[in-house]
Amino acid sequence: MDARALAALAANPGCHRRALLDAAGVDKRTVAERLGAPAPFGRSQFAFARGHSFESGVTAEGGAALIRLLCRQTGEEQPEPESVRVPELNAAGPAARAGRTALELRAAAARGGWSLLDHPMLSLPVAGAAVHLEPDALAVHPDGSVTVVEIKSFPILDGSADAAKVGAAARQAAVYALALEDLAEVRERALLVCPEDFSNSPTAAPLDLRKQCAATRRQLARLTRIEEIAELVPAGAGFAPSSSEGELAEAVASVPAAYAPECLSTCELAFHCRSKARAAGAVEALGRSVRGELGGLRTVEEVLEAARSEQEPADDPAAAALRRAARLRDAALAEAACR
Amino acid sequence: MSLISVLARAEAAESGRAAPLATVRHRHLAAHPLVLVPLTTAGEDAAPLGALVGTDRGAPRLLTVPQPRNRELRSTFLAALAEEVLPHIESAAEEVEYVERKETEPETGKKVTVQAELCLDAPQLLVPNPAGVEFLRLLGRATRFRRTAEEDPQAAHPSPPRVPLLGRWLSHYAERARVPGSSLLLPVTELLIRHWATGRSTLEDQHLAALLAWIAPPPGTTGEAAALHAELARDERGQLLVPPAGPSTDPAFDNTLLGPAIDRFDAGVADAAADLAHLVEAQLRPTWDAVWHAVDLLRTLPPAAHLPARWRRDRHSYTHHRDRVGAGEPPQPRRDDAVTAARKLVSREQSQAELDAQEALDDPLTMAERRLAGEAFAGEVLDVTMAYSEGKRPMPRPLVTCRSEDGPLPEGTARLHRALPSGGEQRGEVAEHGEVFTVRLTNGMGRSKEPAEGSVPEPGERLCWTLFEHAPRGGPGLPEPEATPWTHGGPPAQLPEPPDAFTPEDRL
Repeated sequence: MDARALAALAANPGCHRRALLDAAGVDKRTVAERLGAPAPFGRSQFAFARGHSFESGVTAEGGAALIRLLCRQTGEEQPEPESVRVPELNAAGPAARAGRTALELRAAAARGGWSLLDHPMLSLPVAGAAVHLEPDALAVHPDGSVTVVEIKSFPILDGSADAAKVGAAARQAAVYALALEDLAEVRERALLVCPEDFSNSPTAAPLDLRKQCAATRRQLARLTRIEEIAELVPAGAGFAPSSSEGELAEAVASVPAAYAPECLSTCELAFHCRSKARAAGAVEALGRSVRGELGGLRTVEEVLEAARSEQEPADDPAAAALRRAARLRDAALAEAACR
Repeated sequence: MSLISVLARAEAAESGRAAPLATVRHRHLAAHPLVLVPLTTAGEDAAPLGALVGTDRGAPRLLTVPQPRNRELRSTFLAALAEEVLPHIESAAEEVEYVERKETEPETGKKVTVQAELCLDAPQLLVPNPAGVEFLRLLGRATRFRRTAEEDPQAAHPSPPRVPLLGRWLSHYAERARVPGSSLLLPVTELLIRHWATGRSTLEDQHLAALLAWIAPPPGTTGEAAALHAELARDERGQLLVPPAGPSTDPAFDNTLLGPAIDRFDAGVADAAADLAHLVEAQLRPTWDAVWHAVDLLRTLPPAAHLPARWRRDRHSYTHHRDRVGAGEPPQPRRDDAVTAARKLVSREQSQAELDAQEALDDPLTMAERRLAGEAFAGEVLDVTMAYSEGKRPMPRPLVTCRSEDGPLPEGTARLHRALPSGGEQRGEVAEHGEVFTVRLTNGMGRSKEPAEGSVPEPGERLCWTLFEHAPRGGPGLPEPEATPWTHGGPPAQLPEPPDAFTPEDRL
């Protein structure tokens, strides 16, 4: 599970299915394919090449270019390019890399001066299981505090960028900031590095993380502990891709999902959940906001029944409103048909 | 989402076919719009890959960039695009009518009436979706500051002659598209979403082909099944059978087909450019046909009564920009100054309020939503009592007693509005609240002592009173940009803005 998945999970904390499969390290893409609802996600080679070339340009020169961008934002004095230390973080396996990152972070803070950790590894306990995260870079200031650096390939055009993409970057950076909390003093502002206008040269902007950190912390705390969810799965059931389609479907169905159309852009299983939600006539399939309007009515069938009911419902204001909406709608359509 | 549209979505989900959300067409559709279907390169926001453009649905012009990173090829593409788009945009510039306009004389400060030109029509642009509008905005921003060889003989990469002008017009159209109810540049998905509800969420409605499948499913299948096919069905090579409406391409297409084709072009393989054009056209053509299909569907709806009034504003906007370009003014700045930004905001808010009111007046289904929300009250006139204002010249102020089936008026309601049969707006003061309420009419009855015919309702007539004004007025005026106070950055710099600097790896 990466920070993007974690941010997506935090956006839909009620989804047990996603929480369990992610925590168990199940490849949701393969499961979705086996269930006959493959996710249409993929990454274009052009986007990949561009993102890669931009990122390597930013972290070139031993990180000096990146530290310059950071100093311009914070107003700190720019260091000599040679004085920026870029520690080696290689190790076997994510857990070892996370351990090495923690060591280097402490060493950098003790040493003073600027350090840049290029693709470090962090670990964060989520719903009772450790998740390993790989930020683009971490900058250690001379005072020992740490700035999370997010390198993105969408442009900052005339000083502004796509709000949705900036929001996603901030949520992702907040996850890293939370994972860093026990290791170092994290700065409230992350550094967002993007191409400037239509060029390939980098520019940077501060990202205030306080709100995102608070929101993500709350959502992560709300995640039901994995062991409790795992108890729902019948003994012997598994998510191994080798199991038969029927077994797999049964195992997936045993863990309840909280489908919303927003899942379609973030979760590999979303198309499977969508077809199930539609087949059950769940009103959530029509949009998350729809649920709020309908009170206790949970399915399309119930909604239409309430709308078409001959009698005024006694005690359900949502049903009464629906009935009136249906009357008004029919009258308006009839009026238009007469013209 | 209002409960009425939730209901429409539920009905659509049950029947497998989209349900109507409007009984009239709420946006202007030109007789000959220019349709532009762009494609862009993944990862590079404003690097075009190709486009289908034209006003003739049977004969679109295909433009492609065989290597999107090549600056010269991009320039060729933009020059060709200018050749296609500018003649359409300039087609309405000559035919004008004269309208009177109030202006303040700079020397005396007096208000004088001047004659001004107003173009009889304005050219319309249609793109598949809001991302297409955003792409045109980016393209406009990327090209409007470019310099041609004539303007700057020293430029390392001079722009083809008409490209900066294209950039200015695209910027203007994209900016106008942000005004609620405007129709110069329209994304067709938004048009369809306004008029039909599908049995799924608005998020999923952004897919043009799937949206059309819900509204007009092919014979023998339901909208839901056809939409699923449009969204997900792939061939044996993993390619989507219905390509996305762009401007982004499908990653599978990029990796399996486009990438190798570009590599072949780079390697100098003969016919590689033609092969690539063929590939891009196959991605664009279904969307091109879908846009025209959507236009056909929208034309089946009768136009709303207020469309000409709103289109007139679009004509004003078009004429205004034509005049700016004609007067040799510099391109739109990268960032608006404080006064211009505030003006735009005020005018958009006003347009939104006006659009909401006009849509409700034009369409009983939209009015039903306002009635459900407690903002409008339809009912029957029970009694009309003639009364007159006090004063030297008594004016008619009849008292109209009504009963509404939409419940009692909210406490504290002072004013109500209704549309007169002649087209104007009549205001009334609420004299008595309750299940049966009384309204004192205050205008719209002419100047004589006897109210003009048809301006006072008869007992038994059906009326619809609204709490909202029909022609909301704007707020107080703003200073001229030259008089921007220091609190807002002072007067803006007058210098024409420099073009974007070139970098070795720039994208446009």
